[in-house]
Amino acid sequence: MMLPLAPRQPSHFNRTEMTWRDKIWQINWSLIALITAVCGVGFLTLYSAAQGSLEPWALKQMLRFLLGMGILFLVAMVDIRFWMRHAYTLYLVAMVLLVAVQIRGTVGMGAQRWIDLGFIQLQPSEIMKIALILSLARYFHGASLQEIGRPLFLLPPLIMVLAPTGLVLKQPDLGTALMLVMSSGAIFFIAGVRLWKFGMLIASALAVLPVAWSFLHDYQRKRLIVFLDPDSDPLGAGYHITQSKIALGSGGIFGKGYMMGTQSRLNFLPEKQTDFIFTMFAEEWGMVGGLFLLALYVLLVANGYAIALRCRSQFGRLVALGVTTTFFLYFFINTAMVMGLVPVVGVPLPLISYGGTAMLSLLFGFGLVMSAYIHRDVQIGRRGSHED
Amino acid sequence: MYHDYDRAKLFTRRAFMLAGGQATLVGALAARMYYLQVVEANKYALEAEGNRISMQLLAPPRGLILDRNGVAMAINQHNYRVLAVPEQTPSIDYTLDQLSRIIPLSDGDRARIHKDARRHRSFVPITVRENLSWEEVARVEVNIPDLPGVVIDVGQSRFYPLEQLGAHILGYVSAPSEADLGNDADPLLELPGFRIGKSGVEKIYDPALRGKGGKSELEVNAVGRVIRELKREEGQPGINLTLTLDLKLQEFAAQRLGDQSAAAVVMDIHTGDVIVMASTPSFDPNTFNRGLSSTEWSELINNPYAPLTNKPIAAQYPPGSTFKPMVALAALESNSVTPDQRVFCPGYVQLGNFVFHCWKHGGHGSLDLVGAIKNSCDVYFYEIARRVGIDRIHDMAVRFGLGSATSIDLPGERPGLIPDREWKRTAMGQPWHPGETLVNGIGQGYVLATPLQLATMAARIANDGYGVVPHVARDAIVGTEAHRRPPPNWPSLEVSHASLAVVRQGMFAVCNEPGGTAYRERITEDGMWMAGKTGTAQVRHITAREREADKKNEEIPWKERDHALFVAFAPVQTPRFSIAVVVEHGGHGGSAAGPIAHDIMLEVQKRMLGIIPTMEPG
Repeated sequence: MMLPLAPRQPSHFNRTEMTWRDKIWQINWSLIALITAVCGVGFLTLYSAAQGSLEPWALKQMLRFLLGMGILFLVAMVDIRFWMRHAYTLYLVAMVLLVAVQIRGTVGMGAQRWIDLGFIQLQPSEIMKIALILSLARYFHGASLQEIGRPLFLLPPLIMVLAPTGLVLKQPDLGTALMLVMSSGAIFFIAGVRLWKFGMLIASALAVLPVAWSFLHDYQRKRLIVFLDPDSDPLGAGYHITQSKIALGSGGIFGKGYMMGTQSRLNFLPEKQTDFIFTMFAEEWGMVGGLFLLALYVLLVANGYAIALRCRSQFGRLVALGVTTTFFLYFFINTAMVMGLVPVVGVPLPLISYGGTAMLSLLFGFGLVMSAYIHRDVQIGRRGSHED
Repeated sequence: MYHDYDRAKLFTRRAFMLAGGQATLVGALAARMYYLQVVEANKYALEAEGNRISMQLLAPPRGLILDRNGVAMAINQHNYRVLAVPEQTPSIDYTLDQLSRIIPLSDGDRARIHKDARRHRSFVPITVRENLSWEEVARVEVNIPDLPGVVIDVGQSRFYPLEQLGAHILGYVSAPSEADLGNDADPLLELPGFRIGKSGVEKIYDPALRGKGGKSELEVNAVGRVIRELKREEGQPGINLTLTLDLKLQEFAAQRLGDQSAAAVVMDIHTGDVIVMASTPSFDPNTFNRGLSSTEWSELINNPYAPLTNKPIAAQYPPGSTFKPMVALAALESNSVTPDQRVFCPGYVQLGNFVFHCWKHGGHGSLDLVGAIKNSCDVYFYEIARRVGIDRIHDMAVRFGLGSATSIDLPGERPGLIPDREWKRTAMGQPWHPGETLVNGIGQGYVLATPLQLATMAARIANDGYGVVPHVARDAIVGTEAHRRPPPNWPSLEVSHASLAVVRQGMFAVCNEPGGTAYRERITEDGMWMAGKTGTAQVRHITAREREADKKNEEIPWKERDHALFVAFAPVQTPRFSIAVVVEHGGHGGSAAGPIAHDIMLEVQKRMLGIIPTMEPG
């Protein structure tokens, strides 16, 4: 891995205007391979979750994967400057959609999150995850270190983060809100915002915590309370965590064997094809399997880091790391949740949990990472045009 | 471009910091995984098995109870039940409508079924009706195609085909109480509908009769539906219990006692086998299994004839004159009297300021020991009791099984009471009166005995002084296993054969010499002659005025009439059986209890003689 300790020399061919042929040559196949491997684990697990059947989950998930891979390639082929130019537009569209679900959303799982487009249920918060990364990356791309040092300069991106976060919280979708804040925080951090400013932000966040508590729904409060003391409600809200831990623990080192997980097969494990799919996988494959999957995720994240570090443009770097961090947060929160380390917040296991929007938006995100890789040597001006 | 270089450097540094943070978090995940899947793995594996496996107990069939000839006294009956599985029918009401055309269903049944159906998951069978007749079962079976969700199920329930006969020995079964659940850890008790022995041999041999529960390990899913059976472990049925009772004789005795409040015990004087143990009136143990209504219960409880009491072991009576053989033996053994010494009976005796009457006005005149027993002369026994003293009478009576429980294998036995000085000092805090020795010497006063104790006493006299102990189970039951009883090897009571022979001679005279108090009740059949002793126990003090009036028994309220008692053994040449009969408030022992004892003893011998006892006492 080459580290960009020094500005890179222009390479032997013109990076500014790349042909399709050039771009295809530049595809990062290890990224593709890792994504495919993770998704493959997902198919296997969904097949097992249906007790050895492609229906109802595995097949559908494969089709979504194919669709997602198509999207990934398309996104990757598009010039990174296009994404930069249209970052704010996408952000605005996502905001409008978020407000739209507030106004007329389908009520599902007790929360308003979807817009039904007929063939797919559009989840504006997923679009917002991407749009926010792009917008913040664009904002910080043009910023010098001096500018970043000015508190007032940080106000617009802060509003950019908090506005959608508030809307998502109101849906209410605590998991997504947390992910928006944390992945944005990561972008602020790597863009160079001083650490003490984070400290201040966290301190003031703690100060408004009681206020936030009053905004939480009863079921969210209950989840937090039950997380702190799962035994307080072993048959109610704590049931999920307890059963998940039993499933994981009973898997032991080598697992119960593929399609032999008793907790999942006999339905003791709730949501085994979505949020708790990691538990099911680890029950059947044991710690060995769990660590293998973890290793795949870590490689994928490391790949993201490598790509970010090789990008010449700040925009590319921030997008690559933003997406990577979002991806990291997905799998960390999910696995930590099913292992009882953090509260149950409803974050799926990325690329594995059954579900269309998360898969598509993640592959869209990886498309951006790929685009950043393909266009890693492209120099980008302050507004996304070619820099002279 | 320079600032871009700075920015890239900062980016790299920050990226590494972020990666470090993320690596730490991943480390935490891996550590957590290790903790759950390695450190705590066993605990969670157990919990997963607990989730998955549901143990179902299989109730073992309860052991049968048979009489000595193998006639069934307690059996298990098929209990046919109609069940309905709500999820297998489009509507439970439809099924019940269809079903009610075949078997009657009350509105109460329907309400209960709906309640049960709401309380349970839809695949759990709901009991619609229990205890169906064969005909009803057949009708339901034929119509099964039109009865969606209906299942016929066969359970077992205890049944006593003889109803009242032998009920006190059998006892009954009933659902375990809270206390039973606390004392007995056997998980079988938790089974719905499980019954345990509550009295009689059903209670005392409950562990053996109950057997051991089997186990079925079922794999269930999260909502409790059974997926498959993983393992089946058959239980061990309860052992069949053979009693020493002879049902034919038991039935004869019960009929002979009729509707009086009475008890009769017949036992083998060598083996201790209780052949008859009748207590009237009786009850139907099936009602306890079925469940008693509160009116039925209060009727049983408030009946003055105490149908629930097993009188042969749980009712204590003053033995009256049946106690005299004990006084005679105590006197002979202590050389206070010789068989030939005569005592003159003028009809009363005076001790200090008290006058003690003989039952016979005008007295018996001069009597020796045999004559005194034959005539049941009170004055003679006042005299020798006075000579012997209460303590030696007590010692002799205790040797013959009075004053403490015989330790028969039945629950609820009472100890009776044989007083001595020590007892009176402890129990009443008073010294013994010489006059009390006289009263207790004729089996009145403080002396109390159960009919079984009296039969045991007679048996020990008849078997020449061996400490036979009665029992109702043919085999010795140790825990849950039955072993043949070892040959009887009763300890000697250390009473001289000569003394015993004199007492037996007296008892022979009672029945077989003209003038004996039970001469009219003698058995005349060859080889079946009986020797016995009558007893009439006063239940209240008789005043001088009443004695003068000489009231007839029938003129006194039932509760105040005397108890009639009779003890005997037979055949006189080579005794085999002893008997005790008590008729509560029956009047005079000779006339009320004697004929019953006569009839039973004759019947016993007719049926059983010729059957040589397996072992002579050692």
